[in-house]
Amino acid sequence: MSEVPEGLHYTEEHEYVRAADGDDEFYVGITDYAQSELGDVVFVELPSAGDSFDKMEVFGTIEAVKAVSELFCPVPGEVLEVNDSLDGDPALVNSDPYGEGWMIRLKVSDPSDVQGLLTAEAYRAHLDEG
Amino acid sequence: MSHDQETGTPRKTPLYDEHVRLGAKLVPFGGFAMPVQYPTGIRAEHEAVRTAAGLFDVSHMGEFRVQGPGALELVSGITTNDPARLSIGQAQYSAMCIEDGGIQDDLVVYRLGEDRFRLVVNAANIAADWAHVVEHAGDVDAELTDESEEIALLALQGPAALEILQPLASEALDPIGFYHYVEGRVDDVPAVISRTGYTGEDGFELYVAASDAGRVWRRLLEAGESTGLIPAGLGARDTLRLEMGYALYGNDIDRKTTPLEAGLGWLVKLDKDPFVGREALRRQKEEGIRRRLRGFRLTERGFPRAGYPVRYAGSEAGPVRSGTVSPTLGYGIGTAYLPADAAPGDELAVVIRDEEVPGTVESMPFYRDGSLRR
Repeated sequence: MSEVPEGLHYTEEHEYVRAADGDDEFYVGITDYAQSELGDVVFVELPSAGDSFDKMEVFGTIEAVKAVSELFCPVPGEVLEVNDSLDGDPALVNSDPYGEGWMIRLKVSDPSDVQGLLTAEAYRAHLDEG
Repeated sequence: MSHDQETGTPRKTPLYDEHVRLGAKLVPFGGFAMPVQYPTGIRAEHEAVRTAAGLFDVSHMGEFRVQGPGALELVSGITTNDPARLSIGQAQYSAMCIEDGGIQDDLVVYRLGEDRFRLVVNAANIAADWAHVVEHAGDVDAELTDESEEIALLALQGPAALEILQPLASEALDPIGFYHYVEGRVDDVPAVISRTGYTGEDGFELYVAASDAGRVWRRLLEAGESTGLIPAGLGARDTLRLEMGYALYGNDIDRKTTPLEAGLGWLVKLDKDPFVGREALRRQKEEGIRRRLRGFRLTERGFPRAGYPVRYAGSEAGPVRSGTVSPTLGYGIGTAYLPADAAPGDELAVVIRDEEVPGTVESMPFYRDGSLRR
């Protein structure tokens, strides 16, 4: 079964949002379920620090052997940092999706937007319906 | 994978339960539920085949038996290569064409006896090939049997394949040449042991009775475990074959392409007795082809996928027929139909999400360090 840690927030498109420093900074990545469905990640195309994205705007793409998938920004915000380690080691997305496989660190415009995303329980239910 | 539309409930190969037990991800392919990968993942499976060995279930492939005094004439009449050149114990890659020279299927022809052949065809084409063969058999004195349901096919591929298989085989394997086979036993069940494959590595394809497939599969995995043998799925099969530039039916070749255009002219023996498609192919050869299937590599980062547009010499060519990022080489590779005068080294671009990613025409195979002995 796919891992869905408590305390994170999720989207139906299989991104997660995990708290970083401060009230308004979050790591964004894809869930264990998503990495497992995609299979081996070959590379990840990420935006640049300073780029801003609206809710559900495409902020990058993830290329796996089997398929390409777009990455959607779960909440509006500005990119503070991208995970450069993925350039050399994209397999981190497969091996540690919630940890070292994060994709962007996002300064969200309104932290309450994060509360509007799916809880771990709701995301699990979404996977079960799948 | 194939971009064919899959419809209906997929059939199961005799090894379906093994795949489920191993935790494979199953996808519909050619009308069958097939393992695209096991929990190890496509890259690990690819790597295992290049460095040790992988075991593939390719039982979805179809097998037709042609037997009788007219068997050679029948097979020759529906294939572009010349089966008369086959001795017993030998196999031949070939193509079946329709009248206009388009490729009905690519196949392997085995000569099992003076008057007995086996045709091994693609899963998605079994029904259409059968109809094609029956239609063109005419009144030739030969009996046709579809053995697809009774025969399972396991492919053991990789530099360690011989070492793994030999202790289980009744016959000496080393003397078997590439595209040759012996009839013997594997783990004490009858098998056609064929030195063929689709990966660019040394290896064997084992034709066994469907009812024996499970035990041979399990026995091989046990026997090869310490050598690094793992089960490998269609995902790795696809990246392996593309690194070698081997054509995949439905992607690189189909009824709208001819063997001459596909770089398979070596399969076309125009001087043998008549065969379906010969006149069209002769004409095309005389007039010259306008396009040809070519390999390309990307020179910047990008993942070329089937269907992406290709730009060559200022105009639209292609699209990409097959594409991947080569696990062994680390860059994007693929195939596309380009103008016939396109040559290795020429520049092109693949359009990936509205951006042109540059590349060059490359000769195939892309990967040249395989263990395959020809």
